[in-house]
Amino acid sequence: MKHLLEVKDLEVTFALRFGNLTAINGISFTLNRGERLGLVGESGAGKSVTGFAVINLISKPGYISGGSILFDGQDLTILPYDQMRDIRGNRISMIFQDPMMTLNPVLTIGTQMVETLQAHRNISRKAAERIALDKLRKVQIPSPEKRLKQYPHEFSGGMRQRIVIAIALLSDPALIIADEPTTALDVTIQAEIMELLLELCESEDMGLILITHDLGVVSQVTENIAVMYAGKIVETGPTADIIQDPAHPYTQGLIRALPGSLQAGTRLNQIPGMMPTLTDIPSGCAFHPRCPFRNAVCEQLPPELIQLAGTRRTVACHRVAAEMGRPVSGDLNPFTGTLSGESNG
Amino acid sequence: MFAFVVRRIAQAVFVMLVIGLIGFSIKQQIGDPVRDIVGVSVSVAEREALREQLGLNDPFLVQYGRFLKNALHGDLGHSFFFKKPCLDVILAKAPATIELVLVSSLMIVILSIPVGMYAAIYPRRWLSRIIMGMSIVGVSIPVFLTAILLIYLFSIQLNWLPSYGRGETVALWGWNSGFFTLDGLKHLILPSVALSSIMLPLFIRLIRSEMMEVLETEYVKFAWAKGLHRWRIWLLHAFKNTLLPVITVGGVQLGILIAFTILTETVFQWQGMGFMFLEAVERSDTSLLVAYIVFVGALFVVVNTVVDVIYGLVNPTVRITGRS
Amino acid sequence: MKHKWRRFQQSYVWYSFKRDPVAVASFSVLFFLIVIALLAPVIAPYNPYDMSVIDIMDAELPPSWMEEGSRDFIFGTDIQGRDLLSTMLYGMRLSVFIGCGAVLLQAFIGIVIGLISGYAGGKTDAILMRIADVQLSFSTLMVAIVISAIFQVAFGVGQYEQMAVPLLIIIIGVAEWPQYARTVRASVLGEKKKEYVEAARVIGLSPGRIMVGHILPNAISPVLVISTIQVANAVMSEAALSFMGLGMPVTKPSLGSLINSGFEYIFSGSWWITLFPGVLLVVFVLVINLLGDWLRDVMNPKLYKG
Repeated sequence: MKHLLEVKDLEVTFALRFGNLTAINGISFTLNRGERLGLVGESGAGKSVTGFAVINLISKPGYISGGSILFDGQDLTILPYDQMRDIRGNRISMIFQDPMMTLNPVLTIGTQMVETLQAHRNISRKAAERIALDKLRKVQIPSPEKRLKQYPHEFSGGMRQRIVIAIALLSDPALIIADEPTTALDVTIQAEIMELLLELCESEDMGLILITHDLGVVSQVTENIAVMYAGKIVETGPTADIIQDPAHPYTQGLIRALPGSLQAGTRLNQIPGMMPTLTDIPSGCAFHPRCPFRNAVCEQLPPELIQLAGTRRTVACHRVAAEMGRPVSGDLNPFTGTLSGESNG
Repeated sequence: MFAFVVRRIAQAVFVMLVIGLIGFSIKQQIGDPVRDIVGVSVSVAEREALREQLGLNDPFLVQYGRFLKNALHGDLGHSFFFKKPCLDVILAKAPATIELVLVSSLMIVILSIPVGMYAAIYPRRWLSRIIMGMSIVGVSIPVFLTAILLIYLFSIQLNWLPSYGRGETVALWGWNSGFFTLDGLKHLILPSVALSSIMLPLFIRLIRSEMMEVLETEYVKFAWAKGLHRWRIWLLHAFKNTLLPVITVGGVQLGILIAFTILTETVFQWQGMGFMFLEAVERSDTSLLVAYIVFVGALFVVVNTVVDVIYGLVNPTVRITGRS
Repeated sequence: MKHKWRRFQQSYVWYSFKRDPVAVASFSVLFFLIVIALLAPVIAPYNPYDMSVIDIMDAELPPSWMEEGSRDFIFGTDIQGRDLLSTMLYGMRLSVFIGCGAVLLQAFIGIVIGLISGYAGGKTDAILMRIADVQLSFSTLMVAIVISAIFQVAFGVGQYEQMAVPLLIIIIGVAEWPQYARTVRASVLGEKKKEYVEAARVIGLSPGRIMVGHILPNAISPVLVISTIQVANAVMSEAALSFMGLGMPVTKPSLGSLINSGFEYIFSGSWWITLFPGVLLVVFVLVINLLGDWLRDVMNPKLYKG
């Protein structure tokens, strides 16, 4: 079955004055039509950069330095500018974090919607406005006819994000990339917007990549999750499975840190330490300084993503590998105390 | 919007009153209206009589009131040197200055916008670096020096362009224009180039830095993500937002431009208001001096108010909420 | 003192300065110019104000490397027979003096008004800033021209010329305070919200103490940044005023007056009287502007021009 989106070994580098930094260090994931994937991680993990990389819009001095991004069979990384422009806003739409900053303050909503349609096909303004009105209704904005002539600052935050989503829907894209779409909104509005996104993806059969640090939001909306840490994917799998039973120590830390899983009065569980900056990525497994299970091998060897037997989950962790009987290093397995080749009963 | 305009006009009127007060006070202290009218060779007794007749011994506020009333009727005093009402002298010279300012402003706008935008979009190309380098040098050369250098090069050495005066002018309903003769146009070239020479680099730098900031905003990024044509992004999305702060600064720069006309007109012996002003200083023609200050002050206030209103129209946040 | 120097050496400012060839070159040139300007009485070959040494027969001699030039006058002489090099040095000294004096005055007025306006807020703030805005809209140069014109008519040319230096400092200082006031006020508004101000108020310190002792030190860095550019502006303003005859007289000329006096003679071929002071003025202002630009970039964390 052909995937809608297939990212393979993607690498993104930033060429700075004092050297090159690898922001994304070989990540791979796939997405099918109508599927909803959550890209989870703390700030600085590289999730936003991944989102931008898909539509080749990484801010300079960043650029895609390796890997491929196959969209409906085409490799987006080598696509010429005009063809790429044809895909943006048309077949792949992107939603940003803060709707106040996303909409141009000096142009009307109508202008900003009509231009998106006119940029990709030969369509009259009237026809474009009809489509715009249709989408505004889909995102449940009341009296859409009046809205077209209004300016962004005349709307509340929640309404603005709905408008942004409407803009994303204009050309009936196959894929929407949503970068932290609710972080800048009030908590009550967050739920509404996520609910709206969920409905739209189901009714329009759109793929969704939801980039967020908020596990609560992810569990509400997505079917699958990919957890990122320091530029790499460390765990993937169905959302429900991962939330219930996280395999990677980092994911475990994230789930445990959710206040919902605690009793009132107990302290919040934090993961000690901080995510490393791009210039200071530790050797071996990037998470090892903060990992309660670390061992000597974790400092030396970066773990590969391996599939957990019998599931659609993958994890990049030496300890998990060892528990499954995979060879880690040398003869003696530091995690389970067994010699390589032996299993742990 | 309406409230905004009304408020701006009210402020303008207030400032005009203050300018009038300052002008009037200067006239009171240094001016000698009697001398303006009858010259210097008149006896003391006749002067005293004239003072009484002109109401010059009345209290300050009464005279101020009279001054304002006269001003509103177009009477700004009497020039001692020209032996004519000041307003007549000023209005005769105004077209020269206005045409000069017009041509320079046009040059500045037409050149700075594309150059500034180019330098903002492609900041690292060598052409951009040259432009920025030249602009800092341009800002450091005083306008009168540029004028002198232009004269030296194009008039003295190359003999291509004339070095002083307005050349042939055509009188249209009292307005002496240099636009309609080739000679007049030739005379306009060097002075307007000189006048724009300081403002041009300033505007290029301003447009460039504002545009660069705008190009980094989220909404421009979103425009790219929507797949719009790059020209639409640069010219509409980016430029319209760049325009707003540029209009604000532009309004202020007009004041500097008018100040610089005094310098430029001096070098080119351009018979405009600025040149007239300096001559009035030399001749201690106080009435003309004060009339110039009041006239130019009024001009500033009007132009600044108009610029503010235009800004209000262009910026939707002001237009709709009525406050900036 | 040594401790502060050591701290400076490790600071980002110094690091960035050393690596920027434009900044280093500008600073060196500026330093050189200021030194020779201040040392003018010592190093100038002649004293241009000493009437006894000047011979009208020496007038309008071209620079020494040209045909009729003489080795006595390296850059030639002006229309009164004064050695151009010496007059330029003394002139630049005047420009430096007036420029710095004017900036000190405008900084003082501007900081005081900015502090009061920002701290007091409300009506005081609104009125003061309106005045500043209106004065700015007339452009400070225009204001300077008008004030000097009035002074010259009021005092008469002779007396005006005698008091030229302090008058010019006052004129340019008064004309340009709004820029400082607005900058300081912006900083004060930002600092006012911070907790240390609240703490100082709770302790019971007087507003004056709070403004000067606590807020001012934190608001000082933007003041330093605009000060360099303001010095350049002040020098240019003084040159413009002198060029129009509203500044330094021909007997005690600054670079502007020299350019003015040389202008008439450009048509008869004595180009050096205008050119050399002109070049000196431009170079001087240029290096100040370059340094000011660099300083502003270094102190502004938002601008990574990479």
